[in-house]
Amino acid sequence: MIQQTNTIIELEVQNHAGVMSHITGLFSRRGFNLEGILCGQIGDGSASRMYLLVNEDKFLEQIVRQLEKLYDVRSVTIRPDYDHTLFDKLHDLIKIGKPA
Amino acid sequence: MPQMNGSEIIIRLLEKQGIEIVAGIPGGANLPLYHALSGSKIRHILARHEQGAGFIAHGMARSTGKAAVCFGTSGPGATNLLTAIADAKLDSVPIVAITGQVPSSMIGTDAFQEVDTYGMTLPITKHNFLVRSAEELLCVIPEAFRIAESGRPGPVVVDVPKDVQKESIHVDTLSEMDSPVHPKYELDLDDISLFNEMLQKSEKPVLLIGGGVIMSDAIEQVSAFARKNNIPVATTLMGLGCFPPDDLLYIGMVGMHGARYANMIMDETDLVIALGMRFDDRATGKVDAFCPNASIIHVDVDRSEIDKIKTSSLSIIADLSTALDQLLPTVEENMRSDWIEHVKSLKKNNALQPPKISDPYHPIHLLKTINQLADPDAIYTTDVGQHQMWAAQWIPITYPRQFLTSGGLGTMGFGMPAAIGAALANPEKQVICISGDGSILMNIQELATIRDHDLNVKILIFNNGNLGLVRQQQEYFYEKVYSGTQFESLPDFAVIASGFGIRSQKLGNEPDPSNALKEALDMKGPVLLDIPIHVAENVTPMVPPGSANSVMIGE
Ligand SMILES: Cc1ncc(C[n+]2csc(CCOP(=O)(O)OP(=O)(O)O)c2C)c(N)n1
Ligand SMILES: [Mg+2]
Repeated sequence: MIQQTNTIIELEVQNHAGVMSHITGLFSRRGFNLEGILCGQIGDGSASRMYLLVNEDKFLEQIVRQLEKLYDVRSVTIRPDYDHTLFDKLHDLIKIGKPA
Repeated sequence: MPQMNGSEIIIRLLEKQGIEIVAGIPGGANLPLYHALSGSKIRHILARHEQGAGFIAHGMARSTGKAAVCFGTSGPGATNLLTAIADAKLDSVPIVAITGQVPSSMIGTDAFQEVDTYGMTLPITKHNFLVRSAEELLCVIPEAFRIAESGRPGPVVVDVPKDVQKESIHVDTLSEMDSPVHPKYELDLDDISLFNEMLQKSEKPVLLIGGGVIMSDAIEQVSAFARKNNIPVATTLMGLGCFPPDDLLYIGMVGMHGARYANMIMDETDLVIALGMRFDDRATGKVDAFCPNASIIHVDVDRSEIDKIKTSSLSIIADLSTALDQLLPTVEENMRSDWIEHVKSLKKNNALQPPKISDPYHPIHLLKTINQLADPDAIYTTDVGQHQMWAAQWIPITYPRQFLTSGGLGTMGFGMPAAIGAALANPEKQVICISGDGSILMNIQELATIRDHDLNVKILIFNNGNLGLVRQQQEYFYEKVYSGTQFESLPDFAVIASGFGIRSQKLGNEPDPSNALKEALDMKGPVLLDIPIHVAENVTPMVPPGSANSVMIGE
């Protein structure tokens, strides 16, 4: 089950077919753990918001920097304030993640 | 410019980008592209294997710094390109690979010659595109070049389905190529003062420079900086050519096959100023033991390199020449007489040892002879193996972009096609490919491409009948069990070359190869020399893989 040492990375990405592969590919290629993903369109559909549930360990900074380099990634934010148990409740999370 | 199809758009945009040469091989899925190419002033170099085409692009890009282009068809064309693309990723080389893909409607159906080029190139590119419409090409192609050349350079793949190549659209104007916008990289004043504070406090600083210095054209700034504060300069394999090798301050290549003194100096230094380098394991040895007494200042354009391997006390994320321009005026002059004297004596007492025997066929003597006979501004390419490491150690590389080698990926087969690319992009220069009897066979087919264009490429095969560098490791670390490293049959490379129509000679009968080398280097045009060397010669010193750089075998 989800452990206490997890945190959530919030991404805003350009929305097209290959984006998810770029994100998940980064994790597998660099040997980072990825515990969960939630994803949904925002705005007019040209962008998506993604929530990545990751281990809060020494790799976190490196993960963020690698994510920032991806062409389709517009922003990367670590959200320790998000309750990661929400990963069990997809709909609640999307509601919280809606732009203000 | 009303109607254009996707292929014409690609070619027109390549022309606008200033591309004069494209290397590649046609096939079913890029036929429209080749049709459009035939009407262009872009010169096509027909390689004999897509990996050759990819490394020809490397030779052009690495020798000029500008993005170079290669073409391949779908399926096997694309898979054959992969090694060259991965190589470009690890050595940060700007390559744009344009691949044909099966028609959009057939993607996912296991169509003839369909592979998931996008998926396969995802982890080995800086970025990749699967183009969905001719319209998209209008921005994807310029974007591909921008990505390949900006910041930390790297390879970009543009996969173009055949129907997109044929799709005709109305194009008003092809947007002018914006010259790449260079971010300003204004250094933080606090960083500048911390930098100087650390430098002033340091008694034994070292500059450790990598390929980034070449990419950002920071040679002069590095030199001015080193001289102003009297800081010795160490390099990685990729940084060779950034500092005059005969300079007092130069300590040369560090790491697995660095000179003893270079690794000893790194062991003593109390401050490493790392410029455009990424702490590759071949340079650092066991990371924890690398520069054990030093603080680290890391300057790099790629933020993700900071603290990836080695934690720095100060990091500056910026283009190097811009950063050094801002740092230089703030740095004080310093004689550092004690440190410089000490470095001098370490250099003197722990230098790379020339061979004890005078045999002119000893690889080190050969390299010295070749270097004496070669044009001073000759470009050297290497393959991968002992010959590569000897070349890195013994050829004094004086200019940036003079030494083209596969550093990060270490790809055998790199040398000859890279030499072709270098010769195409620098027709006035002599290009020398130092190869091994193992590596040369990995892209031997490109002799045909050399013949096609009568390129001024000198291929010098250091023939030890073995996969020498692997054999060396077996000798040192695997109980002299030579598993799979000795060739059973020895091809006659001179005969092979002449079969391709290339002048060639097998040396070994004459006691001294100098005359043959001179003749080969003096004449215009391609030559291949098969030069026998002794299998027992090893590259030393050598740091055992995984050991600290202070552990060095041999002299
Ligand atoms: C494509 C590829 N396959 C395997 C290797 C592993 N490898 C590294 S050096 C080497 C031997 C190279 O032999 P040769 O070209 O004859 O050079 P030598 O070491 O004998 O000078 C091998 C097999 C590699 N670097 N690249
Ligand atoms: Mg060999």
